Amino acid sequence: MSDLEQFRAETRAWLEANCPEEMRQPLKSQAEHCWGGRKWQFQSEAQKVWMERMADKGWTAPQWPKEYGGGGLSQEEAEVLAEEMKRINARTPVSNFGFWMLGPALLKFGSEELKREHLPPICRGEIRWCQGYSEPNAGSDLASLQTRAEDKGDHFVVNGQKIWTSYADKADWIFCLVRTDPQATKHNGISFVLFDMESEGVSTRPIELISGESPFCETFFDDVKVDKHQVVGELNRGWDVAKYLLTHERNNIGGEPPGFLKGRALGPLAAEYVGTEHGKLADAGLRADIADLEIDHMAFQALVGKIRAEAEAGQGVGAQSAVLKYYGTELNKRRYELMMDALGSEGLEWDSERTQGGLFAREWLRSKGNSIEGGTSEVMLGIVSKRLLGLPDA
Amino acid sequence: MKLNDEQQMLQDSVARLMADKGPVSHLRQLRDEHHDKGYDEPLWQAMVEAGLTGILVPEEHGGIGFGLVGAGLVAREIGRNLSVTPFLSTAVLGAAALSAGGSDEQKAKWLPAIAEGTAIIALAVDDGAKHRPERLQARVEGGTLSGEKRLVLDGHVADLLLVAAGEGDQAALYLVDPKADGVTVERTVMADSRNAARIRFDGVPAEAMADGAAALATALRAGRAVLAAELSGLALEAFERTLGYLKERKQFGRLIGTFQALQHRAAQLSGEVAMSEALAMQALDACDRGADDADQQVLAAKAKAARVALLAGQEAVQMHGGIGMTDEFDIGFFLKRARAGGETLGDANYCADRFAALRGY
Ligand SMILES: Cc1cc2nc3c(=O)[nH]c(=O)nc-3n(C[C@H](O)[C@H](O)[C@H](O)COP(=O)(O)OP(=O)(O)OC[C@H]3O[C@@H](n4cnc5c(N)ncnc54)[C@H](O)[C@@H]3O)c2cc1C
Repeated sequence: MSDLEQFRAETRAWLEANCPEEMRQPLKSQAEHCWGGRKWQFQSEAQKVWMERMADKGWTAPQWPKEYGGGGLSQEEAEVLAEEMKRINARTPVSNFGFWMLGPALLKFGSEELKREHLPPICRGEIRWCQGYSEPNAGSDLASLQTRAEDKGDHFVVNGQKIWTSYADKADWIFCLVRTDPQATKHNGISFVLFDMESEGVSTRPIELISGESPFCETFFDDVKVDKHQVVGELNRGWDVAKYLLTHERNNIGGEPPGFLKGRALGPLAAEYVGTEHGKLADAGLRADIADLEIDHMAFQALVGKIRAEAEAGQGVGAQSAVLKYYGTELNKRRYELMMDALGSEGLEWDSERTQGGLFAREWLRSKGNSIEGGTSEVMLGIVSKRLLGLPDA
Repeated sequence: MKLNDEQQMLQDSVARLMADKGPVSHLRQLRDEHHDKGYDEPLWQAMVEAGLTGILVPEEHGGIGFGLVGAGLVAREIGRNLSVTPFLSTAVLGAAALSAGGSDEQKAKWLPAIAEGTAIIALAVDDGAKHRPERLQARVEGGTLSGEKRLVLDGHVADLLLVAAGEGDQAALYLVDPKADGVTVERTVMADSRNAARIRFDGVPAEAMADGAAALATALRAGRAVLAAELSGLALEAFERTLGYLKERKQFGRLIGTFQALQHRAAQLSGEVAMSEALAMQALDACDRGADDADQQVLAAKAKAARVALLAGQEAVQMHGGIGMTDEFDIGFFLKRARAGGETLGDANYCADRFAALRGY
């Protein structure tokens, strides 16, 4: 048996023995996702046990080094773990911005001290992070951000406002872009800093989305003290960290997001609602649209596989994350449109118990944010055309 | 999927061969001189020498048995250069059909001939203007074939015809001698300047295969997968030529590639082309590995490649402006081939419909 086969066998046995039955079914809605953090209320004993057991193995962050609480797995081993989890429908034990955004950036740019301070609590699901990038006047043009951090010797004092900060009211810590050198050109005076959301002077105000939910906030900083050692990377070079983190964020958003449609095929769902004639969906237009979507999705997956394979061989991805983010999110929006086509009036029910309180309509509306968050589709196309195709600036 | 070293070497050498010996200018020349064979004979000879005609022929019959990924890599370069050869008709459709369903005798006779380049084979499936192999009208009764076929690639120069027909309630391929009495061949030059033919059969002797149904299914699958690769290659070339033009043509005192409206369309097209290519290669590989969902992947790949190639052709002409509409400029050839290649062996709608059926909805 090869090492990898051995690893698969052991992993399978461990998962069989340790993954609680309740954690072996797809999420019924995004609300069942385990985010972790100081304020987290576990929804069941199984959710808690599952997170803790996986954290003990280091498998909440399978590829991070063991000394920081990760699993130390190779790419191949991590793939095996993912496959074995998928095989039994095991849920992600815990995930939040700490895992798929801050962690990779800290591993690349953080000091040893910062890694030891922040990575293990992320792995154990103890600290939940939020992202302080966007401001009222700095969205797509992120580098024009104005939140100030003034140097006061051993600490900074931060003043300003962020907006669209997802889960700011639920998160424990924030990774935040602040201007540390107002004299420098716009990309060169930004630093990437970390601080506790319970610090004095931090306040949040939830904003309601078109889906009726309020996952994001306006976040205000009023003379917030930030310890100087909490700067990730070099002072005034925060833009490099920010950009690197964005490629991870984009890869993640471009993947299959959690939610009702995750792992669900549209064909059988549509058959339930529109019926079949002679073994085909009774709505020919919808049938053709679903086929086209599935074909496009297959092509997208093939490209994702190819880009990943080339990246492993050290051929580099970088700006390719913009391709993945663009197509992944546009496809996801199409899937939700087709889901709504299929469900008819049932999809429109906004608060019935039958629909778990309008789950379909709310997730459909939420999907519209996929092509805005983490950089809009238009911004992604701009990156592709300039960075990958080498088209000139105006 | 990623190419292994052997496949990578094949791709590099084929890319050189096609660019040297089968460039777009040859297509133009063949068209302008109304060439009687209608394909690039020196190039075909070079492909014989390089072993490419036997790419799907098993080694025991004199081929190199490189599999469909290999055939797809050749087709991709054919697509990029719009090279005109009987590669699809003979080396892919003919070889796949005979290997899958030929009797020992049929294999021994025809497979070495394919590898050596001494026979051209044409597959005749479509009875009407659209590809509908599930509802064949041509019939075989008592060993003789009657019916009419269209879009028979290289049909007017073929040494052997493989004809899809129904017998009882079974559909299968039959071997037919194009010189037999009762066979009437009309060469139909198509919009892409490629060879095709309409062929009538009036009570012509038809030789059954060992498994003519498997031969038909295998040939169609191989042909669609290889066409997906060819179409992806042509889409890539049309895109790259267009991208070059965006960086060269000036209007309003600046390069047209600085206009965001064009930048975004170029970015979208590049992604579509990359996805089409990745799916085509994955589907070819799925066939070689005998994956359970190989049929689904091939139908998806052909549908995707047909749509993307047409999009690339259309965008290429549009972004070239007036010069893109001229016959003198090559870009129009890509649009024409995109349409013809897309139609061949089932257009995007057909493939998507079959795909949906296999997916159970
Ligand atoms: C669900 C959701 C969650 C989010 N979570 C967070 C978070 O946790 N933390 C955080 O910091 N931010 C978050 N954001 C903010 C997000 O990053 C911004 O909304 C995004 O970058 C766009 O900025 P904007 O809203 O200011 O839009 P604008 O930049 O004003 O864009 C408006 C429109 O103009 C277009 N546009 C802008 N510039 C160009 C250009 N150069 N060329 C062509 N078109 C252009 C855009 O594509 C868009 O269509 C979140 C957003 C959403 C929707």
